[in-house]
Order: sequence, then structure tokens, then C-alpha cells
Amino acid sequence: MGNPEVRPPLPVVGGTGTAGAVAKQPDGSQVFLTTKLEKLLDAARKNSLWPLPFGTACCAIEFMSFMMSHYDISRFGAEVVRFSPRQSDLLIVAGTVTDKMAPVMVRIYEQMAEPKYVISMGVCACTGGFYRAYHVVQGIDEFIPVDVYVPGCPPTPEALLQGVVKLQEMISNGETRYQRALAAKRASQAQAGG
Amino acid sequence: MANREERLAAIRRAFPEGSGVVELAGGDMQTLRVDRQALPALARHLKDDPALDFKLLLDVCGVDYPGREERFEVVYHLTSLEHGHRVRLKVPVREEDPVVPSVYGVWRAADWFEREAFDMFGIRFEGHPNLKRILCHPAFQGHALRKDYDPGQRWLLREGEQEEPAWAKEAQEDEDHFETQVLNLGPSHPATHGTLRTVVRLNGEVITKAETEIGYLHRCFEKMAETHTWNQVIPYTDRLNYCSAMMNGVGYALAVEKMLGVEAPPRAQVIRLILSELSRVMDHIVDVGANLNDVGAMTPFLYMYQGREELYSVLEACCGSRLTMSYVRIGGLSNDTPPDFEDSVRYLLKRIPKLIGDMETLITENRIFRGRTEGVGAISAESAVDWGWTGPCLRATGVAYDVRKAHPYLGYETYDFKVPVAHAGDTYARYLVRVEEMKQSLRIVEQALERLQPGPIITDNHNVALPPKEDVYTEMESLIWHFKLIMEGMKVPVGESYGYTEAANGELGYYIVSDGGGHPYRIKVRPPCFAIFQAFPHILEGHMVADTVAIMSSLNIIAGELDR
Repeated sequence: MGNPEVRPPLPVVGGTGTAGAVAKQPDGSQVFLTTKLEKLLDAARKNSLWPLPFGTACCAIEFMSFMMSHYDISRFGAEVVRFSPRQSDLLIVAGTVTDKMAPVMVRIYEQMAEPKYVISMGVCACTGGFYRAYHVVQGIDEFIPVDVYVPGCPPTPEALLQGVVKLQEMISNGETRYQRALAAKRASQAQAGG
Repeated sequence: MANREERLAAIRRAFPEGSGVVELAGGDMQTLRVDRQALPALARHLKDDPALDFKLLLDVCGVDYPGREERFEVVYHLTSLEHGHRVRLKVPVREEDPVVPSVYGVWRAADWFEREAFDMFGIRFEGHPNLKRILCHPAFQGHALRKDYDPGQRWLLREGEQEEPAWAKEAQEDEDHFETQVLNLGPSHPATHGTLRTVVRLNGEVITKAETEIGYLHRCFEKMAETHTWNQVIPYTDRLNYCSAMMNGVGYALAVEKMLGVEAPPRAQVIRLILSELSRVMDHIVDVGANLNDVGAMTPFLYMYQGREELYSVLEACCGSRLTMSYVRIGGLSNDTPPDFEDSVRYLLKRIPKLIGDMETLITENRIFRGRTEGVGAISAESAVDWGWTGPCLRATGVAYDVRKAHPYLGYETYDFKVPVAHAGDTYARYLVRVEEMKQSLRIVEQALERLQPGPIITDNHNVALPPKEDVYTEMESLIWHFKLIMEGMKVPVGESYGYTEAANGELGYYIVSDGGGHPYRIKVRPPCFAIFQAFPHILEGHMVADTVAIMSSLNIIAGELDR
């Protein structure tokens, strides 16, 4: 278990339903939770990702399937799609990014407020795919950092769902790029201070 | 339909022998070699002479022949909607002086096509009003489709170097001394459903000037095709119009089969037709759904998408892929359909009309929807043809041109279906045409199912198609065929061909040049929405900002096909 803090032992609701009833452990003691503020925030962030669909090509069509009722990303708490980078924290790059599009993508990434995560959907976004060509970015990580790569041409909606779940795991384990960079910064500050 | 000699006679009336117009023998269509001095007058004559009546300019493209004295060739494809005949013009130019007079004054359709030929080959079109790069970015150096351009050579575009229309930089005051506003829509905008960008100048909320910038998804299809074998091009074609991938592959395979002189077996043809028509339904589902979504009606999109998911499951059962199918092979199909194919298609034939009915109940007579779309983005039949429009958008203006009826392929002439036409030419008319087309497509599928007989699904010509695997293991000859096809690819005879089919957006053309080798020498795609979208900034003028969204999605612009 990576995060025991957010998974307390199953509480039993005690009392008789009147005001002042408190959650109790089986042995009758009162339940309380200790955690770090950062961990609590991560739990919240993980379960309410707001994606910005940077859909450029075929993958954007599969992204639609991923949103629609059949696959339904809202089961994983990430259905609030926002096209404004100011309102979203998950950039899903769905499709081929060309050299002409790259500055636009970088600008959008930079406009997003931290903490922010990036999913690269499809082989074109991951590596350029089978477009080894004069106008195609050979993987968006040439320009922006990526947390989760979802392969496929295009990936099935299930694959993208798995990518989102993977990202959620990474957030609660503190493994995303943003979290690792933050941890490294704090460590170096602590070292400098000590 | 006048024959070749009569057409030539009609041309010779104005351009006698020795006036720079030479007819080339043979070929898949009448081909004229034209001196560039003669081009403007010839273009005007071809369009205005009633016996010729070439009102629709389909395509302009360049071809590079480095060995020749006149290195570049500009190729024009024209058709007459009235007579149904076609002609190809070829204008050769030298590398030192690559200048050709623009035909924009004759057919406005030449606008973006000429810009593309300039971008890709460096051929300058004299008299073009706005000749600059269209697909590649402004910092790009060189001309990508020239044979001496390395396919992997990239150029970095930095922020601040992006294309801005010159007029957008200047401040402008209206008569009341209010400064007008310049608004940038896209390329990352919720209503573009892809990567399109339009810059508009606003007076209040009314658009007074607009310019569209494309190329944000230019992923070099044509260059990639030149470095792959003929069958390896098929996965690339799937990613042109990715909403209806099957139809691109079918169009490409038909064009190459025409050059090879092979034909797919009957079963393969019927399956191609069924899946093409189902793809047309899929495409219209996305387009109509997105259009409704953009004007604020989310529900029908959710309803219709169920149908699309069920269509996907049929496609997935056939070839293992939901969206980009790569099911077609030159000469047939990659494998046979699953045993329950007919049953699952019959189920769709019952299911989809119900979903269309649900949507129609909600939308067709809906006051808000009609208010948002009637009279919005209207275009006349004449100017739609002038801009090179085809497909549902053209039929919404009252021109009943459908390649399936006018130049049937895959046996469309033997099916009973109607070509829906509307007359207003506006966004609402385009919606009505698409809805009716879905119903007609399902009718075709129903008839095709009756004709589905067991049989081979790929040609037995082993210059083209691999022999069956068990023969490869047991027969020497089959092993050799297999080896040659895998190592060298098939060889397509020297020549050129323009193959065209009715895709979801209109006429999808493939102009293919072969030098007899294992790779295509040149493939030029004539994407239907390229011609449609070039009229978009002109339609916008005088409309409100909110209308841009309604108009754009009703045109069904698919970036993969637009930018290639």
C-alpha cells in the first residue's frame, strides 16, 4: 500500500443516530486520521483530474469514445473537460503534433497551473509514429515532459482509461514529474539549509 | 457526353495546332500538354465553351521530374458536371524559371491548390492574390516534395515566428472611430475539432474579414507514400479522413487496381461497398453530432455515438481495429469477414435508423437549432462549384453531383438509392442532406447484404497479392512469388492515373504516377474538404462570431485529410 494515510481501517458508525455520533473503531476507540497536507491534496487531485484534450488527429476521435457513455471516463472522476489551460491540470495530447503545432502545445502547457500532468496518447505523440517526416515532431517529449505514454495507433479507449488510472496511481505514489521535481527541490533546499 | 474527338475539336476551334496545346496519346483520361503562355486563355475557353463546360476545377498539383529538361510539371484536373467528361492539363516549367500564370481568376478553387504547389515545389503562380506557404510552417526552408529534399529534414518553428495575416497587425478604426477587434480562433479551440485556425476582424460582433490558416496537421502523407511500397501506403490512407477510414483505402486501392488492370473478386467488392457505406454513416454521425454539440445540443451526440460504437464493433470484428482499419489490400481485402458478419450488419440496419429517428425528433424541427442554422453560412450553387466543392456540402446547394451516380464504381449503378439534394445551401440544408444520406447508405447496405456470396476475397494474380500461406510452404513457385512481393513489393506499370470515389466529404481523388518501381513515384490526394474549407473565410464575412462555430462543423473539415 503506497498510501495508508488515505485508506483508514473501516470505521463503524457508533451512537444512536443522534447528533454527536462519531466514527468508532471495533474496539470502541475514536477514529482519527493522520496525514500530510500534501498527501491529502494528492488524494483530491488524483480523483478529480480535469483534462484538457489537445486533440489533433485520429486519436481525438478515440478520445471522444473515451468520453462518451460506453467507456465513460466519469467513472474515474476525470470527465470535466476544459479547453482552457487555466482550468485544467491534465494535458492529454491526442494525435500527431507537427512542427507548426509545437509552439502552440508548449504555450498551452506553460499556461497550465501547477501541479500539472501530461498523458501522451498514441504513438504519434509518443514517438512520431510512422511519420518519420519533415514536419512531424518525433515525440512530444522533445518539447514538454510526459508522465504517461499510451501506445497504439490509435489506442483503444480502454488503453487510455488504463493510462488515466496509471496516472492516478503515480499521483498517489508521488511519482509524477511534478512531484519528483518538487521533492528534489525540497531535498536540495534541506541540504543547503542543513 | 461528347467524345474525345469532339472535345478536341471544340478546343481546336480556339487553339489550332501550333498554338501551344498538344493532345497526349493514351492515358486514363484526355490529357493536354499546355504551354504556360497559352494557359490563361485555354482555361477561360475550357470553362466558358458550352460544349466543354469545365466548370469544376478538381485539383492542381506539381510533380517533380529531376531528370527532365523542364523539371516541374503542374497538373490540373477538370470535370464538367453537365457533360460528365474530364480532362487533365499538364504545364511543364523549368527549374530556373518556375513560373506559371495563376488560374485563380477563372476558377477560385485554384486558390489553395496553387499555394500548396508553391509550398511543396516552389512553383510560383503569377497573379495569385496571396501566394505563400500553406501547409509547412513559415520557418521551413526548401520545398518538401522535391525529389532532392530529404524526408527527415526538419526545421524548428519558434514562438513568435508563427504566421500572422498582414491585415491583422494593423489597427483599424471604423467610421465611429472605434478600433475594430482582431480575434484568433484556434488552432486549439473546442469548436475546431482538430487543428484549424481562423483569424477574424470584428466590427462589434460582425465579422468583416477572415483568413484561415491550415497545415497544423501536415504530416507529410505524400512524401511518406514515396518512400513506401504500394501496399504499405494503405495504413497512411486510413489516417487521411480518420472518421471514415475505410473509404480512403477503397479509393486508393481502386486507383492502383485501375493502373494494374486487376479487379477485386466479387465478394471483396461487396464487402468493400458495405463497409464504405457504413463508414459514411459513421462519418455523418460524427459530423452531425459535432455540429449539434457546437450549437449547444449535446444529447443527440450522445445518442448517435452509441450507434458509432456499435459500428466500431463490426469493423473491429472484421480486421481487429476500430478506427484506422487497414482492411483493404490492393486486389481485395486482407482477410475474410467473421462468420457473424451478416447478422451483426443486419442488427445495425435495425438499430441505426432508430437512433437517427431519435435525433430527428429532437432536432429537425427544433426552433433553436433552426434559428441557429437556417440562412447561416449559405452559399450559392454557382459559387460552390467555383470553389471546387463536392459531396454533401455541394448537394446542399442543389447540385446533384455524386460520383456514385455520375461515374459508378464497385457496381453502384446496380443499386437502388437516391442522391439527396437540398437547395438553401446553408448549415441547415447540409444537416438535412447528411441525415438523408445516412438513410440512403443503409438502404444500399441492405441490398448489398443480399448479394454477399461466398468466394475468394483477394485476387489470385500473384504479381499483386500474396499466395495462400499453405502454398508458400509446399510449392516452389508460390514461395518465389511470396519472396518477390515481400522483398520488392508489387510493380505498377509506368503511367499515371486519377482515381476518384465519393468519400464522406465529396470527391476523393488520387492522382498516382508510377515509374514502374516498387514505390509510388508521386501520389497526390485530392482531399474534398481542402476545396470546401478554402471558401470558409469568404462565407464568414458578414456573420456573427457564434456562427463561425455552426458553419465550421457543418462543413465537416477533417484535419487529417485537409493537411495530409
